[in-house]
Amino acid sequence: MMAGIAVSTNINSDNAEFLCHADETLLDVLRDRLGLMGAKEGCGTGDCGACSIILDDRLVCSCLVLGAEAEGGRIETVEGMAQGDQLHPLQQKFLEHAALQCGICTPGFLIAAKDLLAKNPDPTEEEIRFGLAGNLCRCTGYDKIVRAVQDAAGVMRGADHEF
Amino acid sequence: MNFDPSHSKRSFSSVGTRPIRPDGVDKVTGRARYGADFNMPGQLVGRILRSPHAHANIRKIDTSKAAQLPGVKAVLTAADLPDLTDGDAAMYDILDNCMARKKALYDGHAVAAVAAIDARTAKQALKLIEVEYELLPHVTDVDQAFAPDAPLINDTIFTTGVDPKPDRPSNVLMRSQFGHGDVDAGMASADFVVERTFKTEQTHQGYIEPHACVASVSSDGTADLWVCTQGHFVYRQHCAQLLGMDASKLRVTSSEIGGGFGGKTHVWAEPVALALSRKVGRPVKLVMTRDEVFRASGPTSATSIDVKIGALKDGTIIAADATLRYSCGPYAGAWAEIGAMTAFACYKLENVRTVGYEVLVNRPKTAAYRAPSAPMAAFAVESAIDELAKKVGMNPIDFRIRNAAQEGTKASYGPVYGPIGIGPTLEAVKNHPHMKAPLGKNQGRGMACGFWFNFGGQTCTDLNIGKDGTVSLAVGTVDVGGSRASLSLVAAEELGIDYSQVRTVIADTSSLGYNDMTDGSRGTFSSSMATISAARNAIKILRERAAQMWDIPVEDVTWEKGHAVAKGETHGNLPKLSLKEIAAASGTTGGPIAGHSEIVADGAGVSFATHICDIEVDPETGATKVLRYTVVQDAGKAVHPTYVEGQYQGGAAQGIGWALNEEYIYGKDGRLQNAGFLDYRIPVCSDLPMIDTQILEIPNPNHPYGVRGVGETSIVPPLAAVANAVSNAVGVRMLHIPMSPPRILAALDA
Repeated sequence: MMAGIAVSTNINSDNAEFLCHADETLLDVLRDRLGLMGAKEGCGTGDCGACSIILDDRLVCSCLVLGAEAEGGRIETVEGMAQGDQLHPLQQKFLEHAALQCGICTPGFLIAAKDLLAKNPDPTEEEIRFGLAGNLCRCTGYDKIVRAVQDAAGVMRGADHEF
Repeated sequence: MNFDPSHSKRSFSSVGTRPIRPDGVDKVTGRARYGADFNMPGQLVGRILRSPHAHANIRKIDTSKAAQLPGVKAVLTAADLPDLTDGDAAMYDILDNCMARKKALYDGHAVAAVAAIDARTAKQALKLIEVEYELLPHVTDVDQAFAPDAPLINDTIFTTGVDPKPDRPSNVLMRSQFGHGDVDAGMASADFVVERTFKTEQTHQGYIEPHACVASVSSDGTADLWVCTQGHFVYRQHCAQLLGMDASKLRVTSSEIGGGFGGKTHVWAEPVALALSRKVGRPVKLVMTRDEVFRASGPTSATSIDVKIGALKDGTIIAADATLRYSCGPYAGAWAEIGAMTAFACYKLENVRTVGYEVLVNRPKTAAYRAPSAPMAAFAVESAIDELAKKVGMNPIDFRIRNAAQEGTKASYGPVYGPIGIGPTLEAVKNHPHMKAPLGKNQGRGMACGFWFNFGGQTCTDLNIGKDGTVSLAVGTVDVGGSRASLSLVAAEELGIDYSQVRTVIADTSSLGYNDMTDGSRGTFSSSMATISAARNAIKILRERAAQMWDIPVEDVTWEKGHAVAKGETHGNLPKLSLKEIAAASGTTGGPIAGHSEIVADGAGVSFATHICDIEVDPETGATKVLRYTVVQDAGKAVHPTYVEGQYQGGAAQGIGWALNEEYIYGKDGRLQNAGFLDYRIPVCSDLPMIDTQILEIPNPNHPYGVRGVGETSIVPPLAAVANAVSNAVGVRMLHIPMSPPRILAALDA
């Protein structure tokens, strides 16, 4: 039964090693083996974005990546966004704009928005809307999410360091 | 609950501000724990086997091979659950929906379950369960099921509410009727009449978090259930009753909830998880897949609605008539009844009649979805009202203003209205810049009104003052979208302290008295009423303690801005005592200080909204794009205006999805063809514009702060507002929701 594959990765700047089955998703590894439950399973088919993570600078649905594929990879999850008690500007602006109601989609949106702003620091409203179109939110109608991302983008452009 | 109206408050220091929610940081850092984010030592994984057939007798279930698979610890069928056949019919239905006893009644109906050491073993075990089905004729369409020769779903159903009682069974469970006046005479006197039949398809609430729970039953009969739910007290009561347990032995903890919208007011897998745990003696975690969520939980009714409305030349609606057929799934429901009550609730009508028919179909059991049943009725009525306005020669907004219900109007469903917001929302829309903005080619503007009752219900709240003077507020209404922030504001307001001094938590079922669910837009309405009452009880004790500390009569102590103040000529020079000072001394003045409240929160104020939608239709492809959207709604008093706006925007977005794209699609084989977010496509960020909101505040006289529920009304007008916009854009009346591109093209070709 124990046909585990040994995998070495870096998650949120810490080295992490785990064993997983060949058919086990990275999402299941993060949640069930590593205790990182910020990424959520909303669909398991890559349609909702609630499990979004950044793998080697690429935004992916972790439900569509196998754990074994993360070998040698660098993973960023929502748990790595804040620095100590200092929230990332996106996290802070999501709170200030009430860009969440139930909050289940929030980790995925934060990661997707972080990836978007890394590639396009000054997006238009339309670019934000298309950039976040892979993430489903059923509570907010997206209005406050878009405003939070616009506001955070401004803060990040004005800052003297990278986030 | 009655309170002294002289204690009503109309000027506020905390209420109406917009602080950051207390559960916010956990939710942006990934720390918040939802249904699937909880584990117990020794936990097994539960999985459910579901029928692939829409309608079939279950002749035999052979679980022996599954039970022998290494790692499988328990296999369960309906035979392992209590047989409620001769008991309470509603309870029988709930349990039968959780696990089919004799017949599979829809594609996705649970027929067996397993608990195994891990998910892959559990999945493998399901494949080894052999079910022998005898296929029966099925019917999934509401109109086909209504027809006299339809395949029969339950041969014990004889339509109630008709005279004489039918002599043969049918799929029509119940007829209900509302209204007053003489509709036929009124219609005969009308100068203009519009008569139309409308159809809406079935939608799902579409919460992003699938149902999830962890159940643990000990051998001594005590049990714990961790679950995402809108009502953990109701889940406790249902699970205990279904499984023959004492409610007090079952402690239910509500996790953070990843969306519900009515869909998490019903038990689905929780009784199964508890039964598996009881059978095997270990905790069982059961999480639905998205496919299961679509096939076996939710959805709302599909409907078919006839509307006939007559008006006089001067624009007065003289008669209004509607017949509404709503699908219930294969079990009893009262969804058409609610539709019949809400259909004409926005209007002042002399002659009005609505008739509802509950129709059984081979689809999942219908569940509540945000203002359940009202959006479809509003779609039909508000579409016909728009057409009638054109016939009369009035613009749709003036026509509605002329006929809008007012304070003192006898509602079409019976009661007489108090102060209400339909007129003010219409006036606000009339004066809104959105109404004057120019439109381009292939663009149309639509508007529509909506109504929801709102609900109060049983509510229980504990407010405990710590020795340091900070406040713990324990409430029993699950927080679905920011109510902990709102209730902290209310406690701070009443006690006269800062918002940061109050922490509100949702207590588990063993820590607080019974609470109804967070439904009917009642969360903030009812729990704020209970919180105010609890705070006032605490203030009474705080005044007594201050009186004791000062050694003066309690009558001479008032409570002002977080302090006890001694009044009168003799005591006027005593320095005031802060809540902190009184709390610090509580150990020597009589012990802990707390306020409690157990109420039925009567007097939920009815709610009205008016929406405006601009849309562009591509006549070549039938594709639509919402260009601009505005919501105007009465909140009574907005406790936390940002979260009120959020409710308005979220409901509008769900309604837009319903209007344009979302629908359950069944094949001829009775199987659901789009049980996933790829093919059941809810609006994404690039589908929508910003959603403008305007909060009106017409105080609810039955609440100390004037609060009305705000959660549901926002989904009522969009179906009609969008349909009116599309109809105006293309010049053809849209009669079938959702207005997907193929349906728009078909309407254009007709």
